[in-house]
Amino acid sequence: MKFFLINYGWKLLGITLILYAVIFGLLIQVPDLPVIHQSLRSLFYHVAMWFTMFFLFLISFVFSICYLSGFRLKEDILALEAAKTAVFFGILGIITGMIWAKYTWGTWWVNDPKLNGAAVSLIAYFAYLVLRSSIDDIEKKAKISAVYNIFAFVLLLIFIGVLPRLAQDSLHPGNKGSTLTVTELDNTIRWVFYPSVLGWILVGTWLLQLRVRIHNLSKK
Amino acid sequence: MLYNEIRYLIAKDIQLELRQKYALNGIVLYVVSSVFITYLSFGDIINSTTWNALFWIIFLFSAINAISKSFIQENLARQLYYYTLASPVGVILSKIIYNIVLTILLALLNYAIYSIWMGDNAINHGLFICNLLLGATGIASVLTMVAAIAWRSHNNFTLMAILSFPLVLPLLLSLIRVSAKAVVGDGFATSVNILFMIILLNFIAIALAVLLFPYLWKD
Repeated sequence: MKFFLINYGWKLLGITLILYAVIFGLLIQVPDLPVIHQSLRSLFYHVAMWFTMFFLFLISFVFSICYLSGFRLKEDILALEAAKTAVFFGILGIITGMIWAKYTWGTWWVNDPKLNGAAVSLIAYFAYLVLRSSIDDIEKKAKISAVYNIFAFVLLLIFIGVLPRLAQDSLHPGNKGSTLTVTELDNTIRWVFYPSVLGWILVGTWLLQLRVRIHNLSKK
Repeated sequence: MLYNEIRYLIAKDIQLELRQKYALNGIVLYVVSSVFITYLSFGDIINSTTWNALFWIIFLFSAINAISKSFIQENLARQLYYYTLASPVGVILSKIIYNIVLTILLALLNYAIYSIWMGDNAINHGLFICNLLLGATGIASVLTMVAAIAWRSHNNFTLMAILSFPLVLPLLLSLIRVSAKAVVGDGFATSVNILFMIILLNFIAIALAVLLFPYLWKD
């Protein structure tokens, strides 16, 4: 029973939470805000992608630090696969965001600090993958890419975390120029939004676990 | 100890730079020709936003060009020799300081040449120059670390560009924002926040470089 819970429990929880978010995200009543209206429901799926991406980048960053402190190749593989999975969620986040933006703001892309931050971090991690593929020696590849990963993550963290708040002209909630503020995220929304984020993070972690296994099998 | 080490390493870098003058002259020529191309293709009737953006793009590219060679100019055997003599912290700090000075000179040169052909659109010169100096410092410190990473991977020139763009962009966007205010003529008070941000980014970039470079240096 204990074995079952540890190995499958969190995966089942992840799937259940996502199913719950998909079903109740469409069923519950959302506040009817100007401009956004019913498309507010995209919040449950679109924003969850970014949380998952960020969580996986954080995992990648932590394992890069672990690698530099002990030089164990296992941790480098985890850092690599976490970055790849995070990029996947980032692309999903951009696609869902673009569709949402088309129906509320009228264009696929707007010049907004949050969008630019997302695009820049994806480019940085594509650069990370290119850097990895350019080095042949495994140990050297692991070391150099870990250094780049740490350097990039910290700089991008500052960019994404602080600069949009300084600029204060984002169309996203919490900034001037937006029709929705975070305080208006009333309780019904919270009851779907937080489980959705948790569910996607769990499924993202599961995806990471599977990717690491595939990586290890392909190396044998 | 570390102070002396850095001093000698910087002196060595300056000596090397002066011995092979082609690199310095090359950068100057790069700036002159890119500004001239801009002048020929735009003429002098551009608005201040375009003026500002073009200035920073030209500056960024010339800085990448100048800094990308900072580690590859010496061969592997000599690197090994330094490895026995100097500490990694000394090496990276000396490179960063050297590149900061080089980039500041480059920025001022760029500004001078750009003003001649494209006109000097900046109204608040104090803010513009202050922002330019801070920007040169930040761009130099980030690019030095990226140059070290690219140097270790042996595919220097292609990698240097793709690795540095996403990392320099946060800095560049805030620089362009402050610079746009200086061009319009706003005072210091309007951009104090972003200027502090830039200073913070500079410090973090240098701190990270000092922490991480020892891992690149050891093979």
